[in-house]
Amino acid sequence: MHTLDCRRPAVATLVLASLCSPPALAGKLLLTGGVSSLDGAAGGGLTPWAVTGSLASEGQWGGTAHTTTVRTGDYALTSAGALLAWNDRLELSIARQRLDTRDNLAPLGLAGLVLQQDIVGAKLRVAGDAVLDSDRWMPQIALGLLVKRADAGALAPTLFGPLGARRSGSEIYLSATKLWLASGVLGNLTLRASSANQNGLLGFGGAQGDGVQLKPEISLAWLLTPSLALGAEWRAKPDNLRRSVLGDGALAEQRWVDVFLVWAPIKPVSVTAAWVDLGRIVPGVQPRRQTGGYLSLQLAF
Amino acid sequence: MHGPGPRLHGAIALLVLCLVSASARPAPRDDSLYHAFGGREGLAALMADFVPRLAMDTQIGRYFTSTNRDHLARQLAAQLCEVAGGPCTYEGPAMAPAHAGMAITKADFNRLVELLQASMAARGVPFRAQNRMLALLAPMHRDIIERE
Repeated sequence: MHTLDCRRPAVATLVLASLCSPPALAGKLLLTGGVSSLDGAAGGGLTPWAVTGSLASEGQWGGTAHTTTVRTGDYALTSAGALLAWNDRLELSIARQRLDTRDNLAPLGLAGLVLQQDIVGAKLRVAGDAVLDSDRWMPQIALGLLVKRADAGALAPTLFGPLGARRSGSEIYLSATKLWLASGVLGNLTLRASSANQNGLLGFGGAQGDGVQLKPEISLAWLLTPSLALGAEWRAKPDNLRRSVLGDGALAEQRWVDVFLVWAPIKPVSVTAAWVDLGRIVPGVQPRRQTGGYLSLQLAF
Repeated sequence: MHGPGPRLHGAIALLVLCLVSASARPAPRDDSLYHAFGGREGLAALMADFVPRLAMDTQIGRYFTSTNRDHLARQLAAQLCEVAGGPCTYEGPAMAPAHAGMAITKADFNRLVELLQASMAARGVPFRAQNRMLALLAPMHRDIIERE
């Protein structure tokens, strides 16, 4: 009998490798795999980071599953998903988002409308180690792809008709993550090339054009204890539906912001609680700024 | 209106003199981290807690089965003392040859960090000092983890 060398798997032997490298609880340091973003990729809550999700380190497989719920003044957003990570290098993720617009779109004849989207993601770490290279400024850098497909329900004929949005779209992002270990401060900068309207829940692009733009997203976190971190995020977004047949500014969108607290009571579990500000959502019918709470549970191996 | 008095001029001159002489002297060695760990005694006690954790660990204990624990504890205490700016000289083997051929993975390295975190917490080392120490030790991963 020959043995498989688990530390040098070719892509074709990934599945076999998964059988001979049992998942280990001890691969990564606590919280260094980030939490699950709304889009499914590992990162902060609103933004993907360059870290690879799960507890798996080099030569290991890992995975996470998450469920997240956001309640703002007038809307409810949920996200559920999972990811697989290999070798602290590659991450594959899926997520489903659901935005309950309640009765906010009743003026458009769309009371009770639910917007949904499915997201498939891939992320590749291309350089650096966010945690262990504590004597260098070089961050961990990853390149990611998110492929999104929106289900706009009864809004679809309008959204994908006169409003000119497309049903599906892809986003490409480049993330740099650095933990300044001595001070326990983590920073992330993500540049996302996107044409998504409200992160894709309102499709991609608009009648004005395709509108792919490069937008920055910034996260800062501070480790308070080994299992508790406090942070904040800011995410710029495209604004492709600002000028639409519904009127100038009726579908304008704004940056997302949050302040979060993440706690890992035991290694495979993390709970993230946040205050979020999603800006004005469809201000033409609901002019209030959407602030509220965010709660996410992640299980990892 | 009065101008600044001779006393103020004197104070400024003194301040300038102090700054100039301070910058001319080599900076004193920062041993605050060494003291945050309780000096030699604190580091010896830390390693007396840490080395048994290493040896008994299900993941990385196998690397220490034939190790003289007291000797390892003394060497690690001297190494951390030196790294932390204390009055010690680590005279043990360099990291790369000491770990060559052991096929130590990043997961193993991280496990050691976790055990050290547990020991530091058990010894009451403040979290900030823990992280300063880890930041000094973490770059050793380049000499310890076996690369493909």
